[in-house]
Amino acid sequence: MDDGCGPQNNCRLTDRDATLYDQGSPYGTTPTMTHSTTRIDRRFAELKNAGRPGLVTFVMAGDPDFETAREIVLGLPKAGADLIEIGMPFSDPMADGPAIQAAGLRALKAGQTMKKTLQLVRDFRATDAETPIVLMGYYNPIYVFPVAAFLDEAKAAGVDGLIVVDCPPEADDELCLPAQQKGLNFIRLAAPTTDAKRLPTVLKNTSGFLYYVSITGITGSAAPDPQKVHAQVAAIRKATALPVAVGFGVRTPQQAKAIGQSADAVVVGSALVSAIQASLTPDGKATTRTVPAVLGLVNDLGQAFRGA
Amino acid sequence: MASPIDPRVPANPPNSYRTGPDEKGFFGKFGGRFVAETLMPLILDLEAAYNAAKADPKFAAELTFLNKHYAGRPSPLYFADRITKQLGGAKVYFKRDELNHTGSHKINNCLGQILLAKRMGKTRIIAETGAGQHGVAVATVCAKFDLPCEIYMGATDVERQAPNVARMKLLGAKVNAVTSGAGTLKDSMNEALRDWVTNVHNTYYIIGTAAGPHPYPQLVRDFQSIMGRETREQMMEAEGRLPDALVACIGGGSNAIGLFHPFLDDKEVAIYGVEAGGHGLDVENGHAASMNGGTPGVLHGNRTFLLQDADGQILEGHSISAGLDYPGVGPEHAWLCEVGRVKYVSATDKEALVALQLCTKLEGIIPALEPAHALAYVTKLAPTMGRDKIIVMNLCGRGDKDLHTVAKALGMEI
Repeated sequence: MDDGCGPQNNCRLTDRDATLYDQGSPYGTTPTMTHSTTRIDRRFAELKNAGRPGLVTFVMAGDPDFETAREIVLGLPKAGADLIEIGMPFSDPMADGPAIQAAGLRALKAGQTMKKTLQLVRDFRATDAETPIVLMGYYNPIYVFPVAAFLDEAKAAGVDGLIVVDCPPEADDELCLPAQQKGLNFIRLAAPTTDAKRLPTVLKNTSGFLYYVSITGITGSAAPDPQKVHAQVAAIRKATALPVAVGFGVRTPQQAKAIGQSADAVVVGSALVSAIQASLTPDGKATTRTVPAVLGLVNDLGQAFRGA
Repeated sequence: MASPIDPRVPANPPNSYRTGPDEKGFFGKFGGRFVAETLMPLILDLEAAYNAAKADPKFAAELTFLNKHYAGRPSPLYFADRITKQLGGAKVYFKRDELNHTGSHKINNCLGQILLAKRMGKTRIIAETGAGQHGVAVATVCAKFDLPCEIYMGATDVERQAPNVARMKLLGAKVNAVTSGAGTLKDSMNEALRDWVTNVHNTYYIIGTAAGPHPYPQLVRDFQSIMGRETREQMMEAEGRLPDALVACIGGGSNAIGLFHPFLDDKEVAIYGVEAGGHGLDVENGHAASMNGGTPGVLHGNRTFLLQDADGQILEGHSISAGLDYPGVGPEHAWLCEVGRVKYVSATDKEALVALQLCTKLEGIIPALEPAHALAYVTKLAPTMGRDKIIVMNLCGRGDKDLHTVAKALGMEI
């Protein structure tokens, strides 16, 4: 039954929504969704209503140290991030390029642990109730936590979704399904190698959004070809109503804008992490330039979407 | 009746230890396919191609021909009489896979996988290597089959296995020194996986050990099991019965699973895997014994025992042997350890060096540092067994590549 509150239709705010989406909301004055269950769903509905793609930012928890990373993450929404991905550092990040590998190692060297990563999310949630947080990383640190305790603590901390690179659909019963049961979105990656036959398998238990990996390769390598990305996104849209975020290799506001013509959101990670690296002392310590360098770049990227 | 050499037998042993993996690639809870989505379609293609190859008599015929005329199989089963005499207990036999073309058992797997790569129409080969034995075997089959080849090798290993680096280059391979991490086997595997993710459309990854995502542990085991099958036949010919014990070293565990697998259901055969004890199991991060000193985790596409800290970060480990210097182990070994069919023990750097010298002086065979770990355990095991008992040890590689390391450790000038 159509009650007029579908994503295409404006409908009245509940009292709760009205307080959350205050006058200063960058998402337009008439948020549309009241039925969505997660922050991620709500945020994508808001973006759709505002008629622009979202900016998804990735930084590594604890890079270059806990306090600096905290300051960066807490500053991201104001700088223009619509969704925040936080990397869970891992010693052996097999799908990541040199920039994110180095970020993880800096964080681990500075003493970052999974407990501290969850603390970072709690700290963020104390200041921001609506910007979605997605934890991204590899399975092993979750597996040894172990899984059930991790999901409980992540949910309680205010995490909204998980991206776990090395947990494909074939391993759904390990983490994906338990995470969904706890009310966490499990965001799946699709790649250029994901053909029409494979796509339904990838989409089956994906929720929140689909993360389209725009290149075959590791993070932060070759720049994606916007035309190819548009075609792939169009193909994915035929198979799902989920929002599609595109990432891996997007570095500049111009690239982000080009990709954002078809994607619902654009993920920028390696460029931000590289900005952190460039701001550090030779022995890897934060400087007064570190936080402004990252937030400044996020601001530039955000302007590319909002100024469109 | 249990004798001191019997492995621990679980309360409810399975009917067969040889049926794994299951259709999802698991041996018990170990194994699986924990890889990035970019690689999943290819992993599934590989599984289909392998199943098709297994059903194709032409594939088996071609592999058998190459094993015989190119690798030099069967390798001899040799009675090490002077070592036997010295140890004063069980008869010690060596399965001499160090006599294969390229100097180790690695060629068995590479010939199988290069045929698969060609069947799949792949035009570029990559591989990781630790000691360089697998890298040399890959470079060799790539030369023979005219395919371009890139080898990822940890920078530490490039240094300590220089002769193998030279061999790979001479064979036409590009050798990439990996500087991330400690620059050993784990890091070279990470880098090979990154290459594969990037070049998945035309590239086949020849994994050298019985680890990684399904179906690699299975297909590496199957190609290496020729060692165990030959050993059964050769032992029946030599002694008219099966051996009482098998011993092999374990890094990822390809030589061991190749010897063990055909014997897993012969309950009377005790089986021992020897991990790298490095400086000693009590030295934190000072060994590479993932089953004796590790915990279950997920790395490089499979769940297995790993050397890791409480937060799930992988430790580097240590072994004098580059081929055993790996923080994980093949998932089938992890399962065999858990169910108790195979007993996993360890030998230290020092014990391996002593065993290497013993073998060299008494038998005129310079073993690689990897099987020297197996021999170190044989020197403990054989004296506890009667003279009517028989041990087969996998002498899976020759020691030429290790002369530099051994000389340095023994204070010799070369």
